[in-house]
Amino acid sequence: MPSTPVTADRAPAGTTVLECRDLTVRFRTDRGEVAAVSDLSFDLRAGECLGVVGESGSGKSQTFLAAFGLLAGNGRASGSIRYRGEELLGAPPETLDRLRGDRLAMVFQDALSGLTPTMRIGDQLAEVLVRHRGLPRREAQDRAVQALAAVRVPDPGVRARSYPFELSGGQRQRVMIALAMLCGPEVLVADEPTTALDVTVQAQVLRLLRGLRDETGSALVLITHDLAVVAGLCDHVLVMYGGRAVETGPVREVLRAPRHPYTRALLRSMPSLTADPDVDLAVIPGQPPDLENLPPGCAFAPRCGRAHDACTADRPALRATGPGRASACHLDDAGGHHGV
Amino acid sequence: MLNYTLRRLGIAIPTLFIIVTAAFFLMRLAPGGPFDAEADLEPEVLENIRASYDLDKPLLTQYRLFLQRAVRGDFGPSLVYKDYSVTELIAIGLPVSIQLGLLAKLLALVLGCTGGIVAALRQNTTVDHAVMAMAMTGIALPAFVTAPILALVFGLYLKLLPVAGWDDGAWRNLVLPVVALALPQVAVIARLMRGGMLEVLRASFVRTARARGLGEARIVTRHVLPTALIPLVGYLGPALAGIMTGSLVIELIFNLPGVGRYFVQGALNRDYPLVMGIVIVYATFIILFNLLSDLAYAGLDPRVRKAYR
Ligand SMILES: Nc1ncnc2c1ncn2[C@@H]1O[C@H](COP(=O)(O)OP(=O)(O)OP(=O)(O)O)[C@@H](O)[C@H]1O
Ligand code: SF4
Ligand SMILES: [Mg+2]
Repeated sequence: MPSTPVTADRAPAGTTVLECRDLTVRFRTDRGEVAAVSDLSFDLRAGECLGVVGESGSGKSQTFLAAFGLLAGNGRASGSIRYRGEELLGAPPETLDRLRGDRLAMVFQDALSGLTPTMRIGDQLAEVLVRHRGLPRREAQDRAVQALAAVRVPDPGVRARSYPFELSGGQRQRVMIALAMLCGPEVLVADEPTTALDVTVQAQVLRLLRGLRDETGSALVLITHDLAVVAGLCDHVLVMYGGRAVETGPVREVLRAPRHPYTRALLRSMPSLTADPDVDLAVIPGQPPDLENLPPGCAFAPRCGRAHDACTADRPALRATGPGRASACHLDDAGGHHGV
Repeated sequence: MLNYTLRRLGIAIPTLFIIVTAAFFLMRLAPGGPFDAEADLEPEVLENIRASYDLDKPLLTQYRLFLQRAVRGDFGPSLVYKDYSVTELIAIGLPVSIQLGLLAKLLALVLGCTGGIVAALRQNTTVDHAVMAMAMTGIALPAFVTAPILALVFGLYLKLLPVAGWDDGAWRNLVLPVVALALPQVAVIARLMRGGMLEVLRASFVRTARARGLGEARIVTRHVLPTALIPLVGYLGPALAGIMTGSLVIELIFNLPGVGRYFVQGALNRDYPLVMGIVIVYATFIILFNLLSDLAYAGLDPRVRKAYR
């Protein structure tokens, strides 16, 4: 079976593996069109870890589902997402099936129900190797057991013969990670990999992801609500609001000196990250934007303490605010309006 | 699994006993008797006939005698078909009914499953709408409507196939009854299959399977079908048991020597032994096929398999 060579062909560290330009995702519904993602652009480089944050409904998952050609039937994506120059949007199923599971892998938000209930764990792992690596069944089965051991599933030999319902949530999550890592992908997207798990297991899974990234040099996209996770694991961060990028940049800088009012509000709502425990920890007041009727101006305006006339009139563009940093806010227009 | 099967078979015997007992007494409650049509007989002659069939004995004695013979596979002589024992009648009719019913079920399964799967994979396309429209027509048109139409078109006008008759089960004689019997079932199976498929295709494990680039063919056969078949298996158990009674109308229309007409004749004429024999066969079918369908569930779903251990 034709497949990309295992590791020889990896993009050198620092080169762009995933290039997203003007991605727009729309869903047709009975009540109208939902603008889930709008004009989103970002780059993901080999060996890099990108954190994608934003509150529920901000378009984080749909962005990467679009890249994988897995949008729901009523969804359409436009723009461009390229994996090492190869266009993914609108690509024929054969192209996607060659890359998915091999060069591109994803651990889904609802990973706990991501395993086929009627198949043994080992078979589900092995079939990926048979498919993408052309391994004989027996060898694929052995590799499956090794892969379970690598994500520290206890009793991997026994577990390979188990069915999903016989595994705990944490074990299933590890299996999903093992499945995603099986072919040594160049891009691994982990969508909320820890939300469904209890705290101790969360830490283990995060350690696992970090270890895997360090060992294989995969580019890692970590979608999360948790800025603490981003701080601990990621190099770059992409903050989304209402389907748009509102701020991007190196994690340390963005967390230390956020520019966009939404990023600031997000940071304030994270107790573990605020230096001063006395500042208010409340969630951001107000409602997330209505994606069926997005305002012409800044989508954050109704909740923004610093909104002014320009904010409701024009949509602020994402503009560079420093080396590797960008923000989409009218406060940056004149420059220097920011006083922290 | 073997344990489970044995346990189920163990329950089957008392179940069968209860069904048979209920049928025995309910039938006797119904007004009328086997020799009502021969009303002009002398009372003494009638009494002699009744005595020769033990019908003059108290009901409980009759019941005991019936059970004693039944466990040996002897259901006694038929009261309507006077030269035959019930066992003989069933031995003549059952193979015909089973052949007819199984062939129709097989045809319905092949067509229905294919249609349902294709419709689900092409949901809301012309193909899907076409399959579902045909299914709705199939459900709306009962066999006693389609059968004469088929016989008319292919038998009388086109003269391609015989209009009726069995001819020792020659395939030419089988085509029309099998098709007429299968059509409404194709419709039901296609709908069940499509529904099952659509439900599973939405499941998140199918999306993750797609994300692994497994390819549509493998995803459908290995990840979707085992779960999607479950509603169909639930239908097939009782439906397979019904192959005997299901072909009743068809047997009459095409004049086939199946067991269906014995059942009707037996019930109408109060042919107690004949009805009891058929009830026992039918109940056995139901019990067996329900067991088979439960075993099929276990084959498809590892959770059920574990529960059965
Ligand atoms: N099939 C669909 N039809 C209509 N709207 C949809 C559909 N799928 C997603 N959406 C909408 O798209 C928007 C973005 O969804 P997305 O899943 O990307 O959010 P998210 O940022 O991942 O949120 P969360 O943190 O809750 O996972 C949401 O408002 C969601 O309701
Ligand atoms: S553009 Fe205006 S409303 Fe939007 S975040 Fe900036 S200041 Fe607030
Ligand atoms: Mg999400």
